[in-house]
Amino acid sequence: MLDINRRILPGFGLSLGYTLLYMNLLVLIPIAVLAIKASQLSWSEFSAAVFNERAIAAYQLTMGASFLAALVNLVIGLLIAWVLVRYRFPGKQIFDALVDLPFALPTAVAGLVYSSLYVKKGWLGQFLVPLGFQGAYSRTAVVLVLIFVSFPFVVRTVQPVIEDLDADMEEAAACLGANRLQTFTRVILPTITPALITGFALAFARAIGEYGSVVFVSGNMPYKTEIAPVLVVSNLEAFQYKQAAAVAVALLVLSFSALVAINVLERWARRKHV
Amino acid sequence: MRRKKEVRITLFKLLGAVVGAFGFAYAAGAETQTLLNASYDPTRELWKEINAAFTSAYKAQAGTDLSIKMSHGGSGSQARAVVDGLEADVVTLAIPSDTDAIVKAGLLDKGWRDRLPNGGSAYTSTIVFVVRKGNPKGIKDWPDLVKPGIEIITPNPKTSGNGQLSLWAAWGSVTQRGGSEADASRFVTQLYKQVPVLDAAARGSTTTFVQKGIGDVHLTWENEAHLEVEEAEGSVEIVYPPISILATPPLAWVDANVKRHGTEAAAKTYLEFVYTPRAQEIIAKHHYRPIEPAALAKSQASLPKIELFPITAVATDWNDAKDRFTGEGKIFDSIYEPQ
Repeated sequence: MLDINRRILPGFGLSLGYTLLYMNLLVLIPIAVLAIKASQLSWSEFSAAVFNERAIAAYQLTMGASFLAALVNLVIGLLIAWVLVRYRFPGKQIFDALVDLPFALPTAVAGLVYSSLYVKKGWLGQFLVPLGFQGAYSRTAVVLVLIFVSFPFVVRTVQPVIEDLDADMEEAAACLGANRLQTFTRVILPTITPALITGFALAFARAIGEYGSVVFVSGNMPYKTEIAPVLVVSNLEAFQYKQAAAVAVALLVLSFSALVAINVLERWARRKHV
Repeated sequence: MRRKKEVRITLFKLLGAVVGAFGFAYAAGAETQTLLNASYDPTRELWKEINAAFTSAYKAQAGTDLSIKMSHGGSGSQARAVVDGLEADVVTLAIPSDTDAIVKAGLLDKGWRDRLPNGGSAYTSTIVFVVRKGNPKGIKDWPDLVKPGIEIITPNPKTSGNGQLSLWAAWGSVTQRGGSEADASRFVTQLYKQVPVLDAAARGSTTTFVQKGIGDVHLTWENEAHLEVEEAEGSVEIVYPPISILATPPLAWVDANVKRHGTEAAAKTYLEFVYTPRAQEIIAKHHYRPIEPAALAKSQASLPKIELFPITAVATDWNDAKDRFTGEGKIFDSIYEPQ
């Protein structure tokens, strides 16, 4: 029995079934449970848990710090991806492998290491704190550690695209009289923009959900350095499951809408330039 | 068509095999007597030694082997784990209200406090100060904490049992000495203004204070304070305030679980063992306060007598204390104002 429209992977029905099963088990069912739990609250209870001043301050910090971290990674990540693809230098493979380290390292370890480096008596802190750079127990600290945990995304999404870039195009641009900046903005950037945006979105989303490292570096001061996931934990600690779920749902809605917006942006970029 | 069906049948068989295997493993596990003790974080070393003493005593007496497994974590999250289905036979948590959370889920008998001597607690503990070597800031008592320029390290009461006890201890240190509630409120507000870092859990605070060298005084469990001094190799020392809170970490067996496992008798024997002189000595050795007067008297050097007030000094009971101080919008929340 030969399939008429051959696909590379056989068994469309089976593979789609698995896909649905997986998505349900891993993503949709847990999220549905979360939503159901939160929906057991009355509206006034829900808004008391989600929209109080302290929670709003925490969302602002979480979103703001994650956005900044993703932005830094966008620039630095592009630079590093470029260097790793276009140049040859000793130890390049080691550097390449190091990029993935933030994925492998337990984030709590990262948090501990960062905070002990940047405190007043730490290796870096002893020089930086007198200069007014508070790299531990401050908002700066939150951004720093979020940059670390979300670092690999931009590099890893942009790297293959740069590898596929045709050097001839750049030469052609140069032959036609484009200067370096023009070649970059008119030839290279349009091609890699969709990948850059994807990397940015992944880094942003990763940073929003981060808990383990931030609790060690932020100091968790309400209104100042308390991130939203800490509110979830403090609600749990008070056995307020529903309130914890409510805050989680609020975070989910925030990050999901941010992701959708970024997705729309990416499509727009793809359509405009390809 | 046929192939599809075959795939389906194979899948079912596979599923059946997996379920069967799990079921078998579960049944086999239930035959040897095992107790799971869900406890809080700092008690690792304590239970390790008590368990060793108990299992050998049990074997000598009952003639059968009994193995005890431990699960450690934050006291509150351990209570949640049991509520959510962690098959713990006994719970040995930090704060009675955490045990009561399991009662509310219907897994533990309401009258658990009357099933073991002393309301279910075989040892007590308290909150003490740890300061830098030589006590350079001269911190001796609670009022010293709020002097200008003193930095205090204590975990977040919203996420840590240790943090809650410290808050209650600070509050009671004012009201027990004739201060009004308003005085106490002013005192804790000033105290938390001088806390530069609110770690999420107790061990995080220890790291902040010892490893990172932040703060002048660390409020912590008495047993943790002793460990901290041992591990910091003389760079910090303990200061006993004249007055502090009496913590009564309670022991209880989880009725729903022991009934299902058939381990009720073993669980009861296990917890009763903690009250024996042998176990009480181990308790004192790990810097918890034994309730047996003889064992306590023997360790007076490392566990000096200070005035310890019960939770009823700051609230009607442990549950009320939790609600009154760290509930949404309650005392702790009111300390922090929007910036």
